[in-house]
Amino acid sequence: MYYIEMHAHMVSRTTDDYRDMAMAGCVAVSEPAFWAGWDRSSADGFEDYFRQLTEFEPKRAAQASIRHVTWLCLNPKEGEDRTLAAEVLKRIPKYLDRPNVVGIGEIGLNRVTRNEIATLNDHVQLALNSNQLILIHTPHLEDKYKGTRVTIENLQKMKGLRANRVLIDHAEEHTVNMILEAGFYTGFTLYPNTKVSAARAVDMVEKYGTERITVSSACDWGPSVPTAVPQLMLEMRRRGHSEEIIRKIVFENPLEFLLQSGKFELPRLGIQAALRSIAAAT
Amino acid sequence: MTKGTCPLTTGQIIDEYFIENRTRLLELAAFLERLDRSADGVDATNDFRMAAFRRALQMIASNAPDKMDQVQLLFSDPTTEPREQLDTKSASGAWNPASEVA
Ligand SMILES: [Zn+2]
Repeated sequence: MYYIEMHAHMVSRTTDDYRDMAMAGCVAVSEPAFWAGWDRSSADGFEDYFRQLTEFEPKRAAQASIRHVTWLCLNPKEGEDRTLAAEVLKRIPKYLDRPNVVGIGEIGLNRVTRNEIATLNDHVQLALNSNQLILIHTPHLEDKYKGTRVTIENLQKMKGLRANRVLIDHAEEHTVNMILEAGFYTGFTLYPNTKVSAARAVDMVEKYGTERITVSSACDWGPSVPTAVPQLMLEMRRRGHSEEIIRKIVFENPLEFLLQSGKFELPRLGIQAALRSIAAAT
Repeated sequence: MTKGTCPLTTGQIIDEYFIENRTRLLELAAFLERLDRSADGVDATNDFRMAAFRRALQMIASNAPDKMDQVQLLFSDPTTEPREQLDTKSASGAWNPASEVA
């Protein structure tokens, strides 16, 4: 079965990972800009990173016949630095027309500070001004519930924001309902230790249905598994879920969301084939 | 509660998932016993993370139909006011009520 990896930090992964993902059925990877594990020293550092995301990674992915799309921002872990954020925000617009840029992300909150909220709102405003999709990161562990609540409240105050053009990621049992009820797309992050196991992700699909739900490996430089999505497919089969439901979660929902960018296409299937496959399944 | 949404029967769920969850229970017991054998003998119950951990164990053993959500909330910061400034870059896994008072 084909699948779309909705959230992967491939700059931290090897070319062998691209190949393994392709062999497991991955046809596209969506890569949000994120924290490098250490703070960058300048806006120039971010620009080099944006060039890597828009020039080098698409080529590396193409070697495995994977379509690579990306999201640009200054990430939540560095959002406290308002001066740096302002400088990086000035430099993002010139990259937005690049062919693989589908939106602004992953933006959001880390420890839910006033500065982080201001940086989040600046990014959302940039996305609205330039008609970009938005990918939202929600905080980790004890901060997730509060961070998700505050994020949703803030987004709902933004004039002109349409919930179906925003994906609020890293949802868990205590946050998924508020995200879906507000009309946003959401994502479950399949991490070995800190986030959601395949079994718990499937539990949430069983409890909340399949509309606007996506899953991803969010693989990066930390403990993470690039082929976590195919592992979730196995978990769904283990429980007797239909191929149609599996396909909706791992392929059709991410496709439906990314198509709204107007830039998403699949090199081998062709975008028309992708649209037909959605029509056939509904 | 969303009854009947898992395609497996009760017997099938137990057959499929019993062993791996039995292992998890043993890991928990071993972790708690390890704390009792610590080099300094300090009482772990004074740690805010372990206090939340104990409450979560009670929730798991209860009959609450939404025990998964409740366990998540037991570890979560229930406040809504943003922090004035960044205190630390990383979360610790449980909300520390004392940090809010300071
Ligand atoms: Zn990420």
